[in-house]
Amino acid sequence: MVLSRGIDWRWVGLKALAHILALLPAAWLIYRALQDQLGADPIAALTHGTGDWTLRLLLLGLAMTPLRLVLKHSWPIRFRRLIGLYAFFYASLHLAVYLFLDLGSYWAQIGADILKRPFITVGFTAWLLLIPLAVTSNHWMMRRLKRNWQKLHRLVYATGILGVLHYWWLVKSDVREPLLYAGILALLFAIRLKPRLHSWLQSRRAADHGQDTA
Amino acid sequence: MPADDLILPSEITPESVYRRRRELIGAGLAAPLMTLAGCTEAKSPVAPNPARNSPDGFSTGEPKTRFEDVTGYNNFYEFGTGKADPAKFAHTLETKPWIVTVGGEAGLTGSFHLENFLKGHAIQDRIYRLRCVEGWSMVIPWQGIPLADILKRFKPTSKAKYVAFTTKADYKQMPGMAYNSIDWPYREGLRMDEALNPLTLLATGLYGRPMPNQNGAPLRLVVPWKYGFKSIKSIVRIDFVEKMPKTSWNMLQPDEYGFYSNVNPAVDHPRWSQASERRIAGTESKLFAKRIATLPFNGYAAQVAGMYKGMDLRKWF
Repeated sequence: MVLSRGIDWRWVGLKALAHILALLPAAWLIYRALQDQLGADPIAALTHGTGDWTLRLLLLGLAMTPLRLVLKHSWPIRFRRLIGLYAFFYASLHLAVYLFLDLGSYWAQIGADILKRPFITVGFTAWLLLIPLAVTSNHWMMRRLKRNWQKLHRLVYATGILGVLHYWWLVKSDVREPLLYAGILALLFAIRLKPRLHSWLQSRRAADHGQDTA
Repeated sequence: MPADDLILPSEITPESVYRRRRELIGAGLAAPLMTLAGCTEAKSPVAPNPARNSPDGFSTGEPKTRFEDVTGYNNFYEFGTGKADPAKFAHTLETKPWIVTVGGEAGLTGSFHLENFLKGHAIQDRIYRLRCVEGWSMVIPWQGIPLADILKRFKPTSKAKYVAFTTKADYKQMPGMAYNSIDWPYREGLRMDEALNPLTLLATGLYGRPMPNQNGAPLRLVVPWKYGFKSIKSIVRIDFVEKMPKTSWNMLQPDEYGFYSNVNPAVDHPRWSQASERRIAGTESKLFAKRIATLPFNGYAAQVAGMYKGMDLRKWF
């Protein structure tokens, strides 16, 4: 255990820096909101700002495993939980802005929105899927769930896809930004699947070879 | 030539004077007796529903949208799809000289310098609500000429059933056109009776100033009972046509944007509700502003509902 060897201050510093970086967008949004610097429609600006940062952090969190594969170093994994929890934090802010600032007293619209509007249904589902991940992100749950933990946390792929879809379905015609997120997501999946694909191809080749010689 | 020479006399009312004048009119609408009694500094109360129109619909006493919000939050995809893009990039639009071409089923057709196109018409004031299909709305003081007054000069024939409008499309002046978010040029259209309705305005200015580029300088349509995208900006062509003309958003997503696109809280956009809206108005921050109910025909039912009698507005959305 790290504790038995004393505290690694480099990691403490790096983690603290990561926390600060992850909180900066929220602090900046809140500061500008209170200064009335978010333009004509501050509620829309807050909704889009928190939504953007949810997707960015979600993709960044998803990038840690591919990064480990590419760099052949394990340090990215040590930031994965922190980034994932902040993705959940921004997703929750995003939902809260929509529910309390945007819809406000129009509660009747909420039920209809969540069920009838595909992009809201998809976004809400993505947020729901993040809850079990956030709840089970600690060491204790990790140990308790053992191999099931990894299975459960594969839900994050679904959240990534639903999150991008949520963005894609809400734009009117300019799909460039959602397309960028979709492209990054596809790239991350490709890097992750490559070793599997590779081994699958090898096993096939071996099988073919086996048939040939048989 | 100093820029001041280019401003029309009708457009030089200082904004402060202008605002006060409109406030008086607004207060007068709300409480004529108070005005008589001399209580002219009545503060405009917070936006209530239903809309408080003057009987002709030309004015409303609701709090107006700030000038900086009217001119800083625009959908004008020729300058980019971000709401702040037009304010940033529309300065490259050259509005002088401006030629308007009138064609189609009319006695008089041809190309006209804007000055001649507008000649002989007095500029009128209107304060209209503008409801965007995205679910937000503004209250904007426009200056312009009723479209009907201008169209009649061109003597449309009996074949003229619709009026089609086209926005300028110039890749050099409009950087947003590099991305094909719309099948350029931007096109809109109205049925003849809609075009001739007294509410329909060809606007040349707002807040007593010449039309800012990002708001569709130098000539744009304002159709207050329809979603904002019908109010086409920077018009260079007007055609009288027999068949329903193609319109840009309808071409892009026919199941989401109809030709009529009348504001209708009962007909949702397939992807979001149209039952309510965020009103961007007043001088305070809109952070905690309450959503308001969207009204049929954006609160102009008294003036326009008759044109759609017998039509199924769910089908003709």
